[in-house]
Amino acid sequence: MSYGAWILLTAMLVGLSCGLVGTLLILRRMAMMADAISHTVLIGIVVAYLVTRQLSGPHMLIGAMAAGLATAVLVEWFHDRGVRQEASIGVVFTTLFAIGVALIATKVGNVHLDVQHALMGEIVFIPWERIELPGIGSVPEATFLLAVVFAAVLALVLLFYKEWKITTFDPSLAASLGIPVSLMHYLLMTMTSVTAVAAFDAVGAILAIAMLVTPAAAAYLWTDRLSVMMALACAFGALAAFPGYYVAQWLDTSVSATMAFCTGVIFLVSILFSPRHGIIVKRWRNRQRQAA
Amino acid sequence: MIPALTPNAQWVLLSTLILGAASGIVGCLAYWKRHSLMSDALSHAALPGVVVGFALAGTKNLPIMLAGAAASALLGAWLVMKIRDHSRVKEDTAMGIVLSVFFGLGMMLLTIVNRLPGGNQAGLDSFIFGQAASMVRKDVYLMAGLALLVVIVTAVSFKEWKLWLFDPLFARGLGLPGRLMDAVYLTVLVLVIVIGIQAVGVILMAALFIIPAVSAHYWTQTFSRMLVLSALFGGGAGAAGTLVSTMGEGWPTGPFIVIAASVLFLISLGFGWRKGLVVLFLQRHFRKQSTPGETSGPTLKERIS
Repeated sequence: MSYGAWILLTAMLVGLSCGLVGTLLILRRMAMMADAISHTVLIGIVVAYLVTRQLSGPHMLIGAMAAGLATAVLVEWFHDRGVRQEASIGVVFTTLFAIGVALIATKVGNVHLDVQHALMGEIVFIPWERIELPGIGSVPEATFLLAVVFAAVLALVLLFYKEWKITTFDPSLAASLGIPVSLMHYLLMTMTSVTAVAAFDAVGAILAIAMLVTPAAAAYLWTDRLSVMMALACAFGALAAFPGYYVAQWLDTSVSATMAFCTGVIFLVSILFSPRHGIIVKRWRNRQRQAA
Repeated sequence: MIPALTPNAQWVLLSTLILGAASGIVGCLAYWKRHSLMSDALSHAALPGVVVGFALAGTKNLPIMLAGAAASALLGAWLVMKIRDHSRVKEDTAMGIVLSVFFGLGMMLLTIVNRLPGGNQAGLDSFIFGQAASMVRKDVYLMAGLALLVVIVTAVSFKEWKLWLFDPLFARGLGLPGRLMDAVYLTVLVLVIVIGIQAVGVILMAALFIIPAVSAHYWTQTFSRMLVLSALFGGGAGAAGTLVSTMGEGWPTGPFIVIAASVLFLISLGFGWRKGLVVLFLQRHFRKQSTPGETSGPTLKERIS
């Protein structure tokens, strides 16, 4: 496969995984938690590195999962102590992120993580770091990781689809039916962390947040059905990769930042022109109605 | 052993102190308005404006860059409100969208500008994590002026702010110009963000708004005292963080200021007069002691009879 094709495939995988997780996140009004976790996975990676002295995939994933869970747990803990929800999110993630950055900046234990990399990713370097897979041949490591993550996320979403649906739209009903609402919440936080860290290496933190929140929000404006929303969110996310890549080449700029911006463009188009909820469509209909 | 501070370092220290105080005050307003994370979204949204300002000016020209940052942040705020008001997308999602898309745009522009001849890499990058050390005396005057403005605005209409925050319906009933106050609040918020991103960068700016205010809440319920405490905590964190960052070569100031603020928060959480953990523990302990075996003390009726 060509160089560019690997990059596009990687970005598409990010879009697909984030679309699934992001749909659940925004329906539960947890967009800011997505923001928080995308930041705190950095400290997860740093600590994992300090402990294991390795920057390889599985260690990063475990570090990220731990960081994501820690974030969720700490936020709940502060919230129970009387700090408001958004303030607890704010306190936890800024502190953890600051510690992560401080650790990197002070080069504690020679952490070779470039923070710029963590923010923007180096998707253009992805095709170079490869691993050998039996039967398939040489594959970029980040792409493989993302594929595994996507498969896991898809499996979890499909397996517990009904539970996700009920706990998202009617948590009290879910609790009364005996569905472990809390468990689902922490499971979602773990899925978010894992997706975020897999996306990190490829596209950095900014695009991870953009991919989690924006395509799902755009999809929300096109449909009222959860399954369709998830599919659309994945499609929009994957779609944003293409113009993102080519415009970035044309302008000679960061590929992931451009892809993030493209998700915004898709959202703009959706909010204006969606047949159900688009602003311009609504105005046009009002005018039609008044004329009649 | 405290390293001897150069005059420049002293200016930097002073400016982060002022900045911390100003953001503590505005952070208090944002906290009660339940708007804490908006400051995060707006800080990130300021990035494209900074880069455009730099590109227009051709060189590191602080007032133009700050004006760009302000314009960009205000545009972000406007978009969040428009999305929230005109579509079914909720406010937190809108903030997430504006945050990431604007920041993405900012990074796009930043990368382009960095590749141009004359693109001052260090100068622009300092806006992401803050490098208070890159500030000079002129900058300090600018910051001090803006911070003073914040203090005056808050102090002069203190009663109006209090009303507007805690009982907006009553305020409106009294004829308080809600729209105007919203606009002033937003302006002040953006101003502080714009001053602050130099010291702590766009990503950590939110910390300076949120953490001191939350910490102050553990010591008092009184709004005026909260404002003062918040300013003290913010200023203290700014100064302490900057001091610590001088101990290393090229350490960014942002993370250390935030860590300092968090330490103050943890102390407040533990030992604050009002609802600190120690206080809660002692209260529970004494309550148990006075009526052993009961979950609550004697009722008023029992006490009277």
